[in-house]
Amino acid sequence: MNVTRRKLLILLPAAAVAWEYVLARAPESSPNYNAAEHWWGMLLDITKCIGCGSCVRACQLENHVPDAYYRTWVERYIVQEWGFEHLSVDSPNGGKDGFPATPDGEGKSFFVPKLCNHCADSPCTQVCPVGATFVSPDGVVLVDKKYCLGCRYCIQACPYGCRFLNPETHTAEKCSLCYHRINKGLTTACCEVCPTGARQLADLKDPADPVHEFLKTHSVQVLKPHLATGAKAFYNGLDGSVR
Amino acid sequence: MISFKDAAHLIRLVAAFMIGMVLFLVFRGLLVPKTFGEFGHYRGAALGEIAAQPVSYAGHDLCEGCHDDVLRLKRVGRHARVACESCHGPQAKHTEDPGSIVPPKLDTAVLCVRCHAVSSSKPMDFPQVRAIEHSSGRACDACHQPHSPRIEVNGKK
Repeated sequence: MNVTRRKLLILLPAAAVAWEYVLARAPESSPNYNAAEHWWGMLLDITKCIGCGSCVRACQLENHVPDAYYRTWVERYIVQEWGFEHLSVDSPNGGKDGFPATPDGEGKSFFVPKLCNHCADSPCTQVCPVGATFVSPDGVVLVDKKYCLGCRYCIQACPYGCRFLNPETHTAEKCSLCYHRINKGLTTACCEVCPTGARQLADLKDPADPVHEFLKTHSVQVLKPHLATGAKAFYNGLDGSVR
Repeated sequence: MISFKDAAHLIRLVAAFMIGMVLFLVFRGLLVPKTFGEFGHYRGAALGEIAAQPVSYAGHDLCEGCHDDVLRLKRVGRHARVACESCHGPQAKHTEDPGSIVPPKLDTAVLCVRCHAVSSSKPMDFPQVRAIEHSSGRACDACHQPHSPRIEVNGKK
């Protein structure tokens, strides 16, 4: 075949497209799951949380979280009724084994379950130097542990303290909102086991999700709203003392 | 038309630049993962890898497919909305092989107080007991049916 300069110039882009096609791999995600149809968050009802620690245990078993590290945890607040600055917070073993009896008469007290807020404008993904952490197309902040360097920038950047360095893999780790479960139509492990329904997975793009009715009819707040992180962990009954 | 008498140094400059560009593109092609940038500034294949993690908690829908007797009992009681694995633990392996992997029997004396031990931090309307005063250490299922417990108010059920 006699390749003229004209033919070569026509063939080169075609060859480039073909080569891209060879390099690209077929996507592996679940067959019946379309990420564009979902926008995940969570609803946490402080007025229902009993501090049993079921969520913490379930998260550790589901996601093989090392002992003494937590993707979700429960905090107990004891607040003087007249001042937000006079408070004590404890979370023995992340609340995994429940809490010792609360001393009476020291102010108001309540439990606050915490986890990654899956911010839409997350500070942690912005600082990653290699693109190992990201907001997925369905609104979940994830870590690519094969690509993470373990530089810990994201751990410092998270204003909610939701990240840690896995001591075994030496990569950043955090709540994945049980991405492997919500892809299959299941709820997260923590929401599955919560006995009082204090935690509910919310799909903000699904008009049939009861979260919309709840958000319309309740005074709901996110943590540290002044940081404008676009947090999607919505708290009902959140006291002003909670940080 | 302008002509350069000594263009050799320019050609060397362009050649060095071109070699640099080619090397850059070759290394970039080798080092950047193939799916990087597919959905954003990250490896697109990571989504599939994270989604491929196996499930430990099967979910109550799967449990109820077989244990419909328990479901009928639970549905009418106070524990209607408590998922099976909330007490029984992760049972995905049991759902894959129900014959040989059987969940252990639970000790209600330990299990129930996880939720129902009295604490002033809990919501006031949540049923709470001081286990020692309430049952003096007896297992809860000696009196209560765990799948469908009832609360007696003034002797009435």
